[in-house]
Amino acid sequence: MKTITLAHGNGGQENNELISKVFYKAFKNDILEKSEDAAVIHNGELAFSTDSFTVSPLFFPGSDIGKLAVCGTCNDLAMMGAKPKYLTCSVIIEEGFDFRSLEKIVRSMKKELEVNGAIVVSGDTKVVPRGSVDKIFINTTGIGEIQKKGISSNNITKKDVILVSRDIGAHGATIFASREGIDMSSSLQSDCASLYPQVKALIDADIKITALRDATRGGVAAVLNEWASQSNICVEVEEDKIPISDEVNGICELLGFEAMALANEGTFVLAIEKEDASKALEILKRTNETASIIGTVSDQYIGKVVLNSAWGTKRFLELPTGELLPRIC
Amino acid sequence: MCLSIPSKVTHIDEEHNVATIDTMGVERKASLDLIDEPVIVGDYVLIHIGFAMNKINEEDALASLEIYKEIIEKMEEEDRRQAILDDDNCQNRA
Amino acid sequence: MNNLELKDLYDGFRDPDTIKAYKKIIEEDAKKLTHPINIMEVCGGHTHTIMKYGIPQILPENINFIHGPGCPVCIMPKERIDHAYVLSMQEDVILVTLGDMIKVPGSNGSLQDARSKGADVRFIYSPLDCLKIADENKDKKIIFFAIGFETTTPMTAALIDTVIKQDIKNIFFHINHVTVPEVMRELIDSRDEHVDSYNHKIDAFLGPSHVSVISGSKIYEEFPRDYKIPVVVGGFEPVDVMQSISMIVKQFIENRCELEVEYKRLVSYDGNIKAQNLIAKYFEKINLFKWRGLGNVKDSGLKLRDEFAKYDAEVIYKDVLPIAEIEDHKLCICGDILRGMASPPECTIFGTACKPSTPIGSCMVSSEGACAAYYKYGNLL
Repeated sequence: MKTITLAHGNGGQENNELISKVFYKAFKNDILEKSEDAAVIHNGELAFSTDSFTVSPLFFPGSDIGKLAVCGTCNDLAMMGAKPKYLTCSVIIEEGFDFRSLEKIVRSMKKELEVNGAIVVSGDTKVVPRGSVDKIFINTTGIGEIQKKGISSNNITKKDVILVSRDIGAHGATIFASREGIDMSSSLQSDCASLYPQVKALIDADIKITALRDATRGGVAAVLNEWASQSNICVEVEEDKIPISDEVNGICELLGFEAMALANEGTFVLAIEKEDASKALEILKRTNETASIIGTVSDQYIGKVVLNSAWGTKRFLELPTGELLPRIC
Repeated sequence: MCLSIPSKVTHIDEEHNVATIDTMGVERKASLDLIDEPVIVGDYVLIHIGFAMNKINEEDALASLEIYKEIIEKMEEEDRRQAILDDDNCQNRA
Repeated sequence: MNNLELKDLYDGFRDPDTIKAYKKIIEEDAKKLTHPINIMEVCGGHTHTIMKYGIPQILPENINFIHGPGCPVCIMPKERIDHAYVLSMQEDVILVTLGDMIKVPGSNGSLQDARSKGADVRFIYSPLDCLKIADENKDKKIIFFAIGFETTTPMTAALIDTVIKQDIKNIFFHINHVTVPEVMRELIDSRDEHVDSYNHKIDAFLGPSHVSVISGSKIYEEFPRDYKIPVVVGGFEPVDVMQSISMIVKQFIENRCELEVEYKRLVSYDGNIKAQNLIAKYFEKINLFKWRGLGNVKDSGLKLRDEFAKYDAEVIYKDVLPIAEIEDHKLCICGDILRGMASPPECTIFGTACKPSTPIGSCMVSSEGACAAYYKYGNLL
């Protein structure tokens, strides 16, 4: 490996290899190696996370880079059961970027902060010569107060059942359609949304949550593979239970994608103890009718994810690989 | 590479010989330059890399689907008969 | 008469109950087979469907698949990828090609590598996208690296037609189109006659779906007639494949050897004549085209006719294009795999040195290649 390729940013296999061979190797510590969505620090009381946003185009059906920048980090905190409290906001702006667009983006960020009940307390602004970045890149870092301890992707067992909070792949499909100038005659839009309200509802109802993870780059396929590997389990998914909208299916048909590998920005995967699964589903359905129970945990093929079809065949669902969709988030 | 998909024609631009097609809610344009027969709105066509390759023969498609319905019915009928036979032969009957 | 809905054209041919019904029919019929049968699915799209839907898992043991070389990305010889690489590095060139092609490794790397070194390489979904790129970059030369079987050749021809009619001065072509019947013939003709077991012997062909839409089913007549090998032209959906296999098995138990069409909704005997004429207008067969792993296959390649030489990048850039013949990696057995003599897991570097993120052989590069399909879907077979 001599130069970095676009595949290294895909959220899948190559991305993980880059992170472990370069970054984890240098920054070695226990907290980092847990590979959770957010780091749990300060005696399990706080969650801490960072994310950079380079999405192109900047504005797309259902969202924009500003909303994404707030959702992205706040969701990572929510996935550890933490209430987002304080964010930083660092921007790198290309010379010549349009003022109005910048204001629109910042307004969008403000709106989303209100949904999460969080505030921006620190930031940085850099302007670089034309061509050094593509219009604007944003980084947000967030701290949240953990409301429910112990949520971890390393603790999933056969007692758990796998759920997904809504139909999948909408963000990836929307970005691709926007980028390719594909006209959508229907209502396809990004699922970009803040997840803390749903997480709060689950915590308030005392649901036995084992793990949560939002399915960003690499999609649901990446999450399930990471869980299988981190918790040393086999995740078995019933293919016909996976909720996919017609519109996303259409894009996948057209472009040969698998919805499970497409990015989401407002969809999360849950591992919930069996006895609470239907209660959790009911709560999720209040926000999205399409929430579903999609699978179980077994020890059939440890470390792997198995897809069971409706006609009795099965195959492995692999970690996505290659350059699927550059600059998706 | 062989990604060719059935789509429905929703509009025809005769000047440029381009059809607007709908594929599961995605609307795109496809060139009709490779089609020799007349194409009208409502027709089903097979699309490949931006071109309509051929019209889908609706009669044949429906005939195939009809065959599938029949073999499923036949299978279910056989399953029912087998279930009754198994029941009749069941040793545990009082 | 019922009305046909667009959804029917998808769901109807993927219906789980229909698949289960055909599973039963094939199971029953296969009991009457006098010997195991090996079906070669020629087209990469079929390999993909077969592996993705786990079809070998629901077929009886006496029906086997031999995966054919029907993946235009997979069979691209290293020499021609090197052409693409060199062309992309030329001054003022934008090299444009379809999909997976940019990942295929040549001697100096892939087009993707060329791009990370600064070459302007773009992948497009339709040859028509070249027109927009050419219009937006009037000072550049757009070279369309054209690949594909009969399915895709007419689209390149249509682009050439447009380029000529609109007198566009900055689009050129590097043609790598190949044809299917010739390679099917090569695979049977070169069968090792000393192998008398049923392994590695092609008993029937599952004919490609969309090549046949263009060329018509007439191109396969010679196989049942001269070689006594039945052909069923099937569609891409799992129900189509199951029905086609059922039709093949029935031919064997009823002692028939025929050309049949399962994909009736799209394939006719004559095919798309307009497309065929367009192909004939701009292209002619070249005597030898080297398929990666298979070597030279007689009459299987196409080139631009001489009168269109001014659009032919191979002619224009003749002086810089490398001509050295390049051998495949020592451990790569793609050739055997493409001939149906070996299966991917038998390759010593399958899944280790050679995987989708670091492909060494061509069968791993394209998502339709046999090795890529096995890597992705095949571990549970």
